Amino acid sequence: MKEIVVVSGKGGTGKTSVVASLACLIENKAMVDCDVDAANLSLVLSPRVIEEKDFTAGKKARIIEEKCTRCGICRDMCRFGAISQDFIVDPFSCEGCGACFFFCPASAVEFETGLAGLCYICDTPSGDPFVYAELFPGEENSGKLVAMVRTEGKERAQQAGLSRILIDGPPGIGCPVISSITGTSLALIVTEPTASGIHDLERIVQLARHFEIPSAVIVNKSDINQVCTDSIEKYCLQNNIPLLGRLPYEKMVSAAQRQGKSIVEYAPDLPVSKAIRDISERIISIYKEQ
Amino acid sequence: MRVKNGEGIVIDLTGMNIAMASGKGGTGKTTVAVNFAWFLAYAGQRVQYLDCDVEEPNGHIFIKPSIRASSASRVMVPVVDQEKCTSCGECGAKCQFHAIVNLPGDTLIFPGLCHSCGLCGAVCPTGAITEGTRDVGIIEQGRGVREIEFTHGILNVGEAMAVPLIKKVKMERKDQFINIVDAPPGTSCPVVATLNGSDAVIMVTEPTPFGLHDLKIAIDVARLLNIPTGVVINRDQGGYPPLSDYLETSHIPVLAVIPEDAEIARHYSRGDIILESLPNYIDTYLSLATNLEKLLGPVSNSRVRRA
Repeated sequence: MKEIVVVSGKGGTGKTSVVASLACLIENKAMVDCDVDAANLSLVLSPRVIEEKDFTAGKKARIIEEKCTRCGICRDMCRFGAISQDFIVDPFSCEGCGACFFFCPASAVEFETGLAGLCYICDTPSGDPFVYAELFPGEENSGKLVAMVRTEGKERAQQAGLSRILIDGPPGIGCPVISSITGTSLALIVTEPTASGIHDLERIVQLARHFEIPSAVIVNKSDINQVCTDSIEKYCLQNNIPLLGRLPYEKMVSAAQRQGKSIVEYAPDLPVSKAIRDISERIISIYKEQ
Repeated sequence: MRVKNGEGIVIDLTGMNIAMASGKGGTGKTTVAVNFAWFLAYAGQRVQYLDCDVEEPNGHIFIKPSIRASSASRVMVPVVDQEKCTSCGECGAKCQFHAIVNLPGDTLIFPGLCHSCGLCGAVCPTGAITEGTRDVGIIEQGRGVREIEFTHGILNVGEAMAVPLIKKVKMERKDQFINIVDAPPGTSCPVVATLNGSDAVIMVTEPTPFGLHDLKIAIDVARLLNIPTGVVINRDQGGYPPLSDYLETSHIPVLAVIPEDAEIARHYSRGDIILESLPNYIDTYLSLATNLEKLLGPVSNSRVRRA
């Protein structure tokens, strides 16, 4: 099984748009969306949900007013300031450690798991299995939901006899990103030639190194700032990171997205679509490498 | 501090904590945050910018602070005295984060999974667990363009625990300033940690299906936290009916509309403050401030709050 994960560090560099196009061009693979906070790949893959799985992780405390003697031990124990003077637990500050539950002398604290999200197992018109998830607004444990989505994706790929998985990753370099990239074969970084894009590229490259994942770079909107594009290329060369291609800025990408399509489907003759096809050839050869 | 600005509109936002969020990344959150901070400073207000996007902080690229203070941000991590430890297994059984594994004759701590709750030390019957610390990132402070006070957190690469660092950055909010708090993308715990306790949140969105999908989740987070919310539509290309329909039916006010403009993109890519280079947009930020004040107004006076 070979997993390639598309990440960016900075948000909005065009990760999902690139993945949507690659999904049309690479055959015999399963698709996985690991951006469980804000999953967008489903908006362009026209999936049909065949199974919905509950995601439960982490408990939250709740104080039962009738049993509470207002002794204050829970407030002393809580390191997160989650219990008010009136002995009400703020669910958004509660980290679910259970200190209040274990130390309440009146057994007035309930400590239960709740439903924190849903994982969707889908098929798509192209026949690819596709797995994505929705973490409920404001919930914790996105890294664990990412792990669940990846496990489900691998299972579906195995069942379908597929050995390739293409993962759309989340932005940033924290918990859900770490969970998305660990154990993959390649971190494909979509960056943009802006001061912020370069800054964030360096951080995601360091993260991939930290976990010993090889990385490769695609420069999106490469013509909006030639100076920045040059410095990205120089950076890649110095750090021995393959540059898989440059994609010109194209306004039609938004128009394609509004139609629920990738740019290679919507406007196959544009230079950007040609550039993505070239990149897809290189990715297919990476999948084929042993 | 009340400052009269160009059109006779009085802005009074001192002491307010204004968060900038978006759900989707790359919609222009940081651009609007740094330019709004610049605008308020330009209008004579004392402004502090706090970058809570500790995974990928970018505000410094635009605010250009000279850093005067830098300190490691530490979290508590338990330390086991193996001499005193009887391997009873109580700490590992109670830890909700799987951060402790009890082996016969050895108790292992996994610092990367620890939430620093202190429960293990409290339940240990032999007092074998004491509290140490570990670094999760650094906090830097300084002063940047137009005397804007600046604080950001930089999460160590490979570190999963963003929330403790975000909370430390937020502790630097000051009552005598307008605090502009830049949130990370997404809608989970780092965003909750950033938004919690804000007086208002400005959601920066783009008129695309991805932008709208993620905006809806981010607005749900703000509603759960009971924070008044308005929207800035960035890169507008003449309206996007699904977005305007959603905002209307949800009673979410549009605070400002910024058009798609290649000049803005060009200046952004270089790390420029847009308003310094393109002063024609100052009026856009003036209307943002005016509409934000309206958003804050009824809440502080009469507790009227949209459902």
